[in-house]
Amino acid sequence: MSSPTSPMAPPRSFVWSRRIFLTLLTGFVLIPVYVMVSSSLKPLADVTGEFRWLPSGLTIRPYIDIWSTVPLAKYFVNSLIVAGAATVCSVVIAVFAAYAVSRYEFRGKRVFTVTVLSTQMFPGILFLLPLFLIYVNIGNATGIALFGSRGGLILTYLTFSLPFSIWMLIGYFDSVPRDLDEAALVDGCGPLGALLRIVVPAAIPGIVAVAVYAFMTAWGEVLFASVMTNDATRTLAVGLQGYSTLNDVYWNQIMAASLVVSVPVVAGFLLLQRYLVAGLTAGAVK
Amino acid sequence: MTTTALQEPVRKTSPGAAREPRRRTGRIRRIGLPYLLLLPALLLELLVHLVPMVIGIVMSFKELTQFYIRDWGTAPWSGLGNYQVSVDFDAPVGEALLHSFFVTVGFTLLSVGLCWLIGTAAAVYMQGTFRGRGLLRALFLVPYALPVYAAVITWVFMFQHDNGLVNHVLHDQLHLTDERSFWLIGDNSFYALLTVSVWKGWPFAFLIVMAGLQNIPGELYEAAALDGAGMWQQLRRITLPSLRPVNQVLVLVLFLWTFNDFNTPYVLFGKAAPEAADLISVHIYQASFVTWNFGTGSAMSVLLLLFLLVVTGGYLLFTSRGRRAADV
Repeated sequence: MSSPTSPMAPPRSFVWSRRIFLTLLTGFVLIPVYVMVSSSLKPLADVTGEFRWLPSGLTIRPYIDIWSTVPLAKYFVNSLIVAGAATVCSVVIAVFAAYAVSRYEFRGKRVFTVTVLSTQMFPGILFLLPLFLIYVNIGNATGIALFGSRGGLILTYLTFSLPFSIWMLIGYFDSVPRDLDEAALVDGCGPLGALLRIVVPAAIPGIVAVAVYAFMTAWGEVLFASVMTNDATRTLAVGLQGYSTLNDVYWNQIMAASLVVSVPVVAGFLLLQRYLVAGLTAGAVK
Repeated sequence: MTTTALQEPVRKTSPGAAREPRRRTGRIRRIGLPYLLLLPALLLELLVHLVPMVIGIVMSFKELTQFYIRDWGTAPWSGLGNYQVSVDFDAPVGEALLHSFFVTVGFTLLSVGLCWLIGTAAAVYMQGTFRGRGLLRALFLVPYALPVYAAVITWVFMFQHDNGLVNHVLHDQLHLTDERSFWLIGDNSFYALLTVSVWKGWPFAFLIVMAGLQNIPGELYEAAALDGAGMWQQLRRITLPSLRPVNQVLVLVLFLWTFNDFNTPYVLFGKAAPEAADLISVHIYQASFVTWNFGTGSAMSVLLLLFLLVVTGGYLLFTSRGRRAADV
C-alpha cells in the first residue's frame, strides 16, 4: 500500500507515541492468547494452584483428554455443519438481495433496506421464545423438525448474518461499474447471467468478507444454541461449557479445547482478512 | 449509497411477429425480478425476525407462565399488567429492571467509548509503513476472530480468585491489593465485564476505521503538507472529519451490539450475573427462563426495543442533520 499519509517523515512525537501505544496494546491483546496457549500445555497441578507464567513441565495430555471428557468431536462436527450451511445459504441469499437493491428501482426498496437494517436493533432475547414457539408449531403442523435440529439453527443463524451481509454487499455492488453488466445485457446475458458472470466475480472480496462474517456469527453464537439444541445437535458454543460444570475444573483442558475450536475460525479469518478490509473499504464504509 | 435506476438496457430485438409478446414478458420479468431476488431474504426475515417480534409483542400482553407454555394462545390476556409490573420501580421486579438498565447504559457508554478510542488510535498509528505492520495488524484482529465463548472462558480463567493471572499479578507480584480480589462476583465484576468487552470489541472499530482511512484521498494530505500542516494538525483537520460518516455508522453498530450483548456476560458469569454487572439481556433472560414468567420477560424486551428505537432514531436524526449542515 502506498502511504496515504503525508510524504514527509512523521515527527518524533508521533513515532514515540506510536511505539508506546502499540506496545501496550499488543500486551493487552496477547496476554489472554498467551494464557490460553501456555495453560493448554500445562499439567493439571499447574492450573489448579497459584497461577504460573511458565509451566513446570510441558504436556500434550490435555489435547488428548479433551476428546473423552466431553464428546467434543460430535460438537465440532455439529458446529461445522451448522456454520458451513448457514454461511453458504446466507451468502447466496444476500448476493441476490443486494443485487436487486443495487441495480433496480422498485417499489418498497427503501422499506426493505430500512427494515432489514433495523433488525440489528432487536434484542435477541425478544424473539428467542417466540421463535422457539414458531419452530415447535411448524414441527407439529408439518412434521419438519426445526426445534432441536441443525436445520432450525442453520435457518436462525443465516438470518442473523443476512442484514449486515446485504448491507455490505449493496455498497460493494454499487462500486462495480454499471457499464459492465449493461454490456453483458447487450451481449445477450440475462440479468442473472450478468450477475453471476460479471458482478459476482468483480465483487469477490466483498463476498468473501461477508462469508467470513457469516461463518463467525454462526460459530460463536451462544444464546440460541443453548436453548435450541439437544444432546445430538449440540454445538461447540454450548458443549464447551461441559468442562466447567464437572466437579473438578480442568482448566488446562478447557484452554486446550478453546484453542482447538478457535483454530478454524482464527486461521480462516487471518488468511482472508485482506479481503475483509478490501470488502469493507469498497462496501460498507463509503 | 445512492442508487440510480438501471438504464433501460438496449436490447437487440429481432423485428417481426415474435417481437410484441417477448417484449411484454421481458417487461414483466424486469418488474418482477427484483422482488424474486429479494424473496428468500424477505421470507427468512419474516420467519426469524419479524413474525417472532410481533408474537413477542402479543405475548407481552398475556399472562404467560409455565402453565400455558404448551399452548400459549390460551393464556389469559393481562392488558398492560406485565408492563405495570416491569415499570413499577418501587417493587422488586421493576427496581431490579431499572438497576439493570442503568448498569447496561453505563457499561455500554464506557465500552463503546473505549472501543472507538482504541480502535481509532490503532488505525491511525498503523497508517504509515513500519516494520512488522502486517504482523501487528493480523495480531490485533485475533480477539475479534476468536469465538466469543473461547475468548471469554479464557478471561474467566484469568479472573479466578485462587489460580487466575489477574490476582497473581496484582496481589502476588505487584502487591497492589492486600488480599486477592473477587472479580466475577461483587462490584469488581463490572470492571471485569468491561475489560473483556473492550478486549473483544475494539478490533471491530479498528477494522472499520482502517477501511475508512483508505478511502481518504492522499491528495488531501499532500495539499495540507504543502500548506505546512503538521502531522497532528492533519489528523485533526483531515483524518477525523473525513471519518465522520464512517463513525456515524460504526458508533451506532457498536452501541446496539454492546447494549444487546448476551454472549459475553452469559459466558463470563453463567446464568446468575452479579448485580454490579447485571446487563439487561441476561436480566430479561433470567426473568423469562429462570422464573418461567414469559409475559413479563416479553414486556421487558418490548420496552428495551422501544428504548433502542428512540435512541437510534434520535441518533440518526441528530447526526445526519449535523452532517448535512457540515456538507453545505
